[in-house]
Amino acid sequence: MMRIIKYILLISFFIISFQKLSIANNISSEVDKISKNLRCLICQGQSVYDSQSDFAISMKLLIKNKIENGESEDQIYDYLKNQYGEWIVYDPEFNKKNLMLWIFPLILFISGGLLIYRKVFIN
Amino acid sequence: MKKNIFYLSILLFFTFIFTIFYLGLDKPNFYKPKEVKNKNLEEFISTELFSNKQFNSKDIIENNNFTLINIWSSWCVPCRSEHGKLMNLSKKTDLNIVGLNYKDKKNNAIKFLDEMGNPFSKNLIDPNGIISISLGAYGVPESFLLNNKSRIIKKFIGPLTSDNISEIIKIIQ
Repeated sequence: MMRIIKYILLISFFIISFQKLSIANNISSEVDKISKNLRCLICQGQSVYDSQSDFAISMKLLIKNKIENGESEDQIYDYLKNQYGEWIVYDPEFNKKNLMLWIFPLILFISGGLLIYRKVFIN
Repeated sequence: MKKNIFYLSILLFFTFIFTIFYLGLDKPNFYKPKEVKNKNLEEFISTELFSNKQFNSKDIIENNNFTLINIWSSWCVPCRSEHGKLMNLSKKTDLNIVGLNYKDKKNNAIKFLDEMGNPFSKNLIDPNGIISISLGAYGVPESFLLNNKSRIIKKFIGPLTSDNISEIIKIIQ
């Protein structure tokens, strides 16, 4: 019994200390989160978070400054979209060009559902 | 009959996929940045390389009809080849050329300008690259042609070519 309590105390101690650590690293984790959603424009196939290029390093610094100035995540995305175009974010906006891409899975899903419905309930 | 329709639809499906991928082969898949037009340059404050004085970008840009902001660095090889063209441009025209020294050491930057000549009316420094990012730049070298309202008329990514130079001369005349 004592042993179990000891283990529980030890584990909860670790959890609490990790939480403390994460609060201290709040800004840098926010920077990481945002930079993971940004495409590094000069290195193909990498995010800003992954890249160590000059472009990405400066970008991370800029994001950090903006967070410290109290800007929200969306404000930062909008700012960068305005500077570099929509390509910089990994999440594409809904527009005419990619309408098919958004709707096609939905069409497939619904028609599949209809097929199953017909097979199961009508027969 | 039902089987035939099934096979036909599978065949159609694969032809459809094949055509899409086949057409996709021709498309270049490298990213080209979009041309930025009719956008204002973001205001920034920076220190001058030689005098160590602080300048506001607006004051430098809006006192001249046209300004060319050139992002350069002494460690950047294409900047070296571009530099002669900037020298020519500064001699031939009265265009206000402003340098933005990207992530460089002060001594190296001064040495570079001593060796290659200084085409810049002012040389602002950008030690951690933040100003360049806030201007929407990708790296070095890069140049922005601006009018006296801080509006970006043209943006040149990479070293300036002779064609670019004649284009600039045509615009400012």
